[in-house]
Amino acid sequence: MVAVDELTAAFGAAVDDKVFRQDFDYLSRTFSGRPTPVYRADRLTEQAGGAEIWFKREDLCHTGAHKINNALGQVLLARRMGKRRIIAETGAGQHGVAVATVCAKFGLQCEVYMGVDDMARQAINVYKMQLLGATVTPVESGSKTLKDATSEAIRDWVTNVRTTHYVIGSAVGPHPYPLMVREFQSVIGREARAQMLTETGRLPTAVVACVGGGSNAIGIFAPFYDDPIRLVGVEAAGRGLNSGAHAASIGAGRPGVLHGSFSYLLQDADGQVQATHSISAGLDYPGVGPEHAYLHEQRRAEYVSVTDEQALAAFHQTSRLEGIIPALESSHAIAYAMPLAAELAAEDLVLVNLSGRGDKDLDIVRGATGG
Amino acid sequence: MSRIAATFARLRAQQRLALIAYLTVGYPRLDVTPSLVEAAAQSGADAIELGIPFSDPLADGRTIQAASQQALKAGVTVARALEAASAARKTTDVPLLFMTYLNPILAFGLERFCRVAADAGVDGLIVPDLPPAESAELRRAADASQIDLVFFVAPTSSEAGIAAACRTATGFIYCIAVTGVTGARAELDPALLPLIETVRLHTSLPIVVGFGISRVEHLRALTGKADGVIVASALLDAIAQAPEDAATQVRRFLSDLRREPTA
Repeated sequence: MVAVDELTAAFGAAVDDKVFRQDFDYLSRTFSGRPTPVYRADRLTEQAGGAEIWFKREDLCHTGAHKINNALGQVLLARRMGKRRIIAETGAGQHGVAVATVCAKFGLQCEVYMGVDDMARQAINVYKMQLLGATVTPVESGSKTLKDATSEAIRDWVTNVRTTHYVIGSAVGPHPYPLMVREFQSVIGREARAQMLTETGRLPTAVVACVGGGSNAIGIFAPFYDDPIRLVGVEAAGRGLNSGAHAASIGAGRPGVLHGSFSYLLQDADGQVQATHSISAGLDYPGVGPEHAYLHEQRRAEYVSVTDEQALAAFHQTSRLEGIIPALESSHAIAYAMPLAAELAAEDLVLVNLSGRGDKDLDIVRGATGG
Repeated sequence: MSRIAATFARLRAQQRLALIAYLTVGYPRLDVTPSLVEAAAQSGADAIELGIPFSDPLADGRTIQAASQQALKAGVTVARALEAASAARKTTDVPLLFMTYLNPILAFGLERFCRVAADAGVDGLIVPDLPPAESAELRRAADASQIDLVFFVAPTSSEAGIAAACRTATGFIYCIAVTGVTGARAELDPALLPLIETVRLHTSLPIVVGFGISRVEHLRALTGKADGVIVASALLDAIAQAPEDAATQVRRFLSDLRREPTA
């Protein structure tokens, strides 16, 4: 508890500090490669046959996904707090690579917890983290995936809290994490909003983003809260919501408590957390950020889901029609944006958060499509 | 007076440290818990803490994680844990407490859980992922069923955190002996004794030390300082050495722990 109290105070002071914000902005520009552009996806637009489809190109960030935004913000904060050791959990490895990258830049000790099953699925990212000087610690407990890596990182944090900062990768966990992750990720939405106004002279009709824990979605949604536009979160329906093999916490879960937050949770009748499935490791988490639960209940955002198969189809379409190989996570958002665009008029705009690139997923896609 | 208060009052008068034994419900076998409670109570345990297994036990180290997984696989549910407590109550008068995480009891219903637990003869409840500031609803449910709700303090706790735990807790204060998760350890944290002294300034409730307590030396070091200790992972480790003869392991381990110093 003292750990989160200390962090809440430090975070509050940092966001009010001009120097901290200048450091974050400067390194976002020179190290992470911000701002990322918005891009009109002409051939997908033509294929859908309705609204214009635009991408916010977070795939062009350093390390290949939006994860670097939060990693940079939190590591800067940890430095302010005098913490010399950084820990993180990772599923697909994107967050782990982002944290290991920022730690290498600042010369901080870094340990990343990763389920042994995920380590096997994402061997290249394990090697990247090791190249960057991080220790990757295999997690053998529970389901051996992201939720167990998160539990193990929390156990490490409570044990080593005096020296260590825990960088959570998504908009989950105890307060202030969901708020902090939103703060560092909302650079996506601030940029996108201004860029859409510059490029098209108007706001998008809808903003679409994939939701696992929900960090890229909250980052692009938050700056649009007061605008009269639709916000759509796309969860992973895996093999279908009726199959039991999915990760759609809002679509099929009930309110519950995991990792220090009260939100929608995939659980059995007895309150035990259920195993999840998604072809995309980054969406393979049984909970969802509490702010998404709030947006859902307030009906400010809509939450839908897309199957593995639909996401794979969007992955291939985007690769061939746009020359962009998207992450499987982001492919979920594209898979929903296409039919959504088809329902809308030609003057409407659908903005998709292309949260990451698909290099990490090539083996999985090749396996799923048989060659 | 509650069973918990009466037990501590009696032991305090005798200047004895309370020994609380932790058992994971349904470990090492689904139906074994009532007999292990009986064995523990007959071998020096002054109270028993029954862990209802949860899929994601954040505050627990490897031993309790593994026991929890095994018990869940065997089919332990909240309802079965309540039945086990009820059966255990028929074998002993020592205080029984449940230790579990918030989500299983939230799914069962907080009020219903407290009511059924009290009917089963359970005296207290420990929920490590519930901070005092978030506990009002469970507090009401526990009060309505007259069961105690225990809170934690740790070596890293701030003075305000200690004060909040002491204000909110009933039964006793659970003083975490180490900075970290559960699991047997060789040495006690040097910050522990000063922590106990600080907690005393905030409460007259008994102070019970847990996490890492595993040796007779730990008990001796805490006699006259704390009011009790909780032995969890070390007891489960002993059971794991001969799970087919779990009751004998419980008896042997607790009797050894209660051994008076020789010479």
